[in-house]
Amino acid sequence: MANTYTLIASNTLSSSAASVTFSAIPNTFTDLVLKMSTRDTATTVIDRATRISFNSAGGTPYSQTELQGDGASATSQRVSFQATNIEFGRSTAASATSNTFANIELYIPNYAGSTNKPFSSFSVAETNGTTARIRAVALLFSNTNVISSLTLTADTAFIADSSFFLYGIKNS
Amino acid sequence: MPATYEPIATTTLSGTASAISFSSISNTYTDLRLILVPVMTAAANLYLRFNSDTGTNYSYTYVYGDGAAAGSGRLTSFSRIQPYVGLSTTPTLVEIDIFSYAGSTNKSVLMRQSRDLNGSGSTNSLVGLWRNTTAITTVNLDLSTSTFASGTTATLYGIKSA
Repeated sequence: MANTYTLIASNTLSSSAASVTFSAIPNTFTDLVLKMSTRDTATTVIDRATRISFNSAGGTPYSQTELQGDGASATSQRVSFQATNIEFGRSTAASATSNTFANIELYIPNYAGSTNKPFSSFSVAETNGTTARIRAVALLFSNTNVISSLTLTADTAFIADSSFFLYGIKNS
Repeated sequence: MPATYEPIATTTLSGTASAISFSSISNTYTDLRLILVPVMTAAANLYLRFNSDTGTNYSYTYVYGDGAAAGSGRLTSFSRIQPYVGLSTTPTLVEIDIFSYAGSTNKSVLMRQSRDLNGSGSTNSLVGLWRNTTAITTVNLDLSTSTFASGTTATLYGIKSA
């Protein structure tokens, strides 16, 4: 049987970049999985928001419900009717332990379907420091178009060696 | 490269259904992964069971956030693993990993539910246990009330370690 978990594209940065885009995503898979290892160039903070957008969509199609633990407490918050892009995780930043990167996985089911697109994010940024965050985020892209491109945007810029792997999964 | 992540079976509902099950699961994989994208016409609890066992052989610990508060809880010696699946005419996402399902030890489960509805919703994660040492050959997804609506999809994947 053919392997149905296939690498579509990847990008490991050789220099910093404000964003990374995967375009011309084929519609031949059932689901998408995106695995990222990221660090932001932002200064004076331990982490910064990392955001996603699809198809350069207009309007306010993005929303999320987030659960976060930081080693001391757990909190939940929500963002609705968001334009441009939506935060789905946080990348480590300059005040975090050096050479530590956040690890984030996104799961996007039925990305080529004609319904609104729910998706999930799970991210960790452990640094052996006084604060680190673990996040589980439920997200929704309220748009019925096929997802053919996605852009990941840093708060400031992703540093070199940040890596991004986009996989496609087939259910048959 | 050998295939290590294979679809075992998939269901896309063209009408309503009160339950979804995957049966006759072969023991040739290491782990199972089930991706459920439910559409619900009314709120319900999802009942996850294995091999149609309705005994009090399940337990789970969960953590959740609903956009305002976060919390955690536990149920032991329960008759199912029971995450909440709220009303949603928009598809949501449930990811279920079942580890060493064909082994001879008790079976552990990792489940994540992502249900954002643009103004409401929740995210839940849980770890579950089925205290049974037989191989899992059937995965049962039932509902406390209501039905899965048309458009609901469920796919069971098998993952091989080699």
